Amino acid sequence: MLGRLTWAAIPFNEPLPLLSAAAVIVIILAILATITVKGWWPYLWREWLTSVDHKRIGAMYVLLGLVMLLRGFADAIMMRTQQAIAVGDAQGYLPPDHYDQIFSAHGTIMIFFVAMPLVIGLMNFVVPLQLGVRDVAFPVLNSVSFWLTATGALLINASLVIGNFARTSWWNYPPLSELAFSPDVGVDYYLWSLQISGVGTLLTGINFVTTILKLRAPGMTYFRMPVFCWTALAANLLIVAAFPILTATFVMLLLDRYLGMHFFTNDAGGNQMMYANLFWAWGHPEVYILVLPAFGVFSEVVATFSGKGLFSYRSMVWATLGICVLSFMVWLHHFFTMGAGADVNAFFGIMSSIIAVPTGVKVFNWLFTMFRGRIVFTTPMLFAVGFMITFVIGGLTGVLLAVPPVNFVIHNSAFLVAHFHNVIIGGVVFGALAGIHYWFPKAFGFTLDERLGKASFWCWLIGFYLAFVPLYVLGLMGMTRRLQHISDPSWQPWLLVAEVGAIVIFCGILCQIAQLYVSIRTRERRLDLTGDPWNGRTLEWSTSSPPPAYNFAVLPNVETIDAFWYMKRTGRAPVKPAYEAIEMPRNSPAGFVTAFFAVIMGFSLIWQIWWLAILGFLAAITVVLIAGWSIEREHEISAAEVAQMERAQLR
Amino acid sequence: MSRTANPAYRLRRSGQLRLSVLGAAILVASCSPAGVLDPQGPIASAERLLLINSTAIMLVVVIPVILATLAFAWWYRSSNTRASRSGDESYEGRAEFVIWSIPALTVILLGGVIWIGSHQLDPRVPIPAQSEPLRVNVVALDWKWLFIYPDQGVAAVNQLVIPAGTPVEFRLTSATVMNSFFIPQLGSQIYAMGGMTTHLNLLADSPGEYPGFSAMFSGDGFSDMRFIAKAVSPGDFNSWVKAVGGAGSVLDEGAYAALAKPSKAVPPTTYRSVEPNLFEHIIDQTVSGPDKAGMGAAKQAGG
Repeated sequence: MLGRLTWAAIPFNEPLPLLSAAAVIVIILAILATITVKGWWPYLWREWLTSVDHKRIGAMYVLLGLVMLLRGFADAIMMRTQQAIAVGDAQGYLPPDHYDQIFSAHGTIMIFFVAMPLVIGLMNFVVPLQLGVRDVAFPVLNSVSFWLTATGALLINASLVIGNFARTSWWNYPPLSELAFSPDVGVDYYLWSLQISGVGTLLTGINFVTTILKLRAPGMTYFRMPVFCWTALAANLLIVAAFPILTATFVMLLLDRYLGMHFFTNDAGGNQMMYANLFWAWGHPEVYILVLPAFGVFSEVVATFSGKGLFSYRSMVWATLGICVLSFMVWLHHFFTMGAGADVNAFFGIMSSIIAVPTGVKVFNWLFTMFRGRIVFTTPMLFAVGFMITFVIGGLTGVLLAVPPVNFVIHNSAFLVAHFHNVIIGGVVFGALAGIHYWFPKAFGFTLDERLGKASFWCWLIGFYLAFVPLYVLGLMGMTRRLQHISDPSWQPWLLVAEVGAIVIFCGILCQIAQLYVSIRTRERRLDLTGDPWNGRTLEWSTSSPPPAYNFAVLPNVETIDAFWYMKRTGRAPVKPAYEAIEMPRNSPAGFVTAFFAVIMGFSLIWQIWWLAILGFLAAITVVLIAGWSIEREHEISAAEVAQMERAQLR
Repeated sequence: MSRTANPAYRLRRSGQLRLSVLGAAILVASCSPAGVLDPQGPIASAERLLLINSTAIMLVVVIPVILATLAFAWWYRSSNTRASRSGDESYEGRAEFVIWSIPALTVILLGGVIWIGSHQLDPRVPIPAQSEPLRVNVVALDWKWLFIYPDQGVAAVNQLVIPAGTPVEFRLTSATVMNSFFIPQLGSQIYAMGGMTTHLNLLADSPGEYPGFSAMFSGDGFSDMRFIAKAVSPGDFNSWVKAVGGAGSVLDEGAYAALAKPSKAVPPTTYRSVEPNLFEHIIDQTVSGPDKAGMGAAKQAGG
């Protein structure tokens, strides 16, 4: 009846995960109780849970990313503490069984449920506004995408309480992830969480490629699009091309695990090398799915706060597209040590270092944008400068790793761990944080506290160097990654420094939470009434903060790049007073309800409760079909209402 | 582990003074007794040289960029009344040319380094030397390393003894999940994979004890999947083989099945003789499937 699910699935004998899970459950129950007591459910349901407004969905993505950041960071600090104390004969406080789950969950969560939601959330909020349009191409689908991502996040957290998570690292390489070596549900949690959220991500990709290619304000040719939109286009093209590879790879592994097939097993003709190739054929483009939008954020931030147009816009666009194409030709550099021949290794090594060319061009472009500018050091600009310095170091170590013979001695070492944290924290996280600070006033109508924002920046920057420079050193000293305990006592001082770094980063996260709290409490004093708090250049700053549901009462007419800057300079009012009725998509519960059934389906598949899995699947599909065939999907805002709202905004 | 040579002196001797630009971190790391910056063989030395050269090539670009970023950020701050500002449009063809050429030239240079380096340091390529190479077959097990000396007919677990100055030809496979065989001070690591063989050639210049381990996460006992690679003089090697061949147990099918069961932190042991073709059988067992020598069952039980 309940498949593999029994009371034994709940780890009563392991106090640590049980207590932390209990704490989380209590917090969630408290939040739900508060919402119920205050009577906020109707508001939440109407304005957020069923919203198909890209701005609301974007905000929910970012919130999901930030909440999951806390979870992923808790894993990180547990790992750092374990490695710092488990030296010599000491075993630390986490047995291998538990430690292996933690580093697997840390990587999986940080990539799929922190970095991806943050980046996709920013694209959701910003892209339609920058393009000067009213929504994405498929608004209901957008909501489905978000809720499927949230489904994955929920399932992965369920593994804390019911059963266990994978102990196979975030790559989940077979044969370790095959049934013979990982018979429990951990790997299934990993696979189904990522399969379900992967569908959501693929739908996002299709949605945004369509939006950018087909929906743009009148006059906005490709070469008048803001650079962030270009990077979003590149990232979403990569999603459309790369995520199906991941899905297919996981399907094969699932067939191995559920139906006893032999795609990647040791025996019966399985080939584990194929998994590594397929995984990284997705995995390397994934890196650029994350970092290209971050590059886009920095392009906007550096130009705005230098008071200058971006240096050589066209170079930036071509560099972006170059990276987009090249990112598919480098996957083998993740396993130069697999024993491919010298020709193959050399080819992929050279291709990998060629990516440094367009990336280097981008760095020069930001640099020359600052040159002879008038730089205002707001929090986003600090993140941008911190990024430029940190990222070139990460680029250097990345190219080092791309030299096959050098890779032979630092592959899988702490040096590698330091490298990708260098580019992911220094690039993606700094980019997301810069973007959040930059667009927050647009999204919510008031600015964030600058003092706490800057404090958070310095904590992140200093914490990053303290946490990861020691790992570079340890990698060169011969320390490999994923060690539950350390044999060499001479490594301990470095691990202690890294631990301090993690604590400093934690202070940065606390500053951000305090910043949100303080800013919301004092929002009346920090209202952005102009809609253009930073003297911005692109169209999102031409509408009010927060923008009305329809974004623009009258679609802007674009004549140049940096359209809003041009309008401001030429004194052209962006809004004509003649309002027309606007058709907007209706709210739809389709996303939320689909996700509800997807949770049931995913959970049942993990525990092999077949009847419930089938029911969940059928219900989810039915909801999607009903939503797809519904006819009345728009509602009209009359010209009079639009005029009234615009007047209220311009008070 | 007990190296007394002063690394700073060695670096100077090999004409690597420019290393100083790598900064304190790497210099401190080179003081470590067992790192990749303390090579003890030709492969590891060549790889360290490539590491340092590639870093130096890139630092030529990276350091000015970092300095320029800091300088521009400071000088063009909005409160600086002495800074000159430019207008909005800032396209310039010459600058454009420069910003594409600098990274392109760097990468062309590095591309050459990569091509030549990859071929010279291909793990399959035998190391030229006077003496006949020693053959060692390596099997990754849960969670220990089995070293079979096919020409000597002996085997050892978690202990690799090799003659210094003699090239060693490793053939590697795995009777379990993917692992990576790595002795940092001797150079290149390579994966060991079930049903497949990989090849690696290493050489230790002088006698010493060099830590080795698996550099690919392989499950619960992974952290203790370590061994010492002990390079000894050729004479000592021969007497070691003789000593091992005269004592201990035999590694036959039964003993191997027992050994293959998952176990952690296994102390070094030796076998006085090895069933012929055991290594080939291990590869076959992992490919052929159903009736493996209790491997899958042991895995399930050990779990």
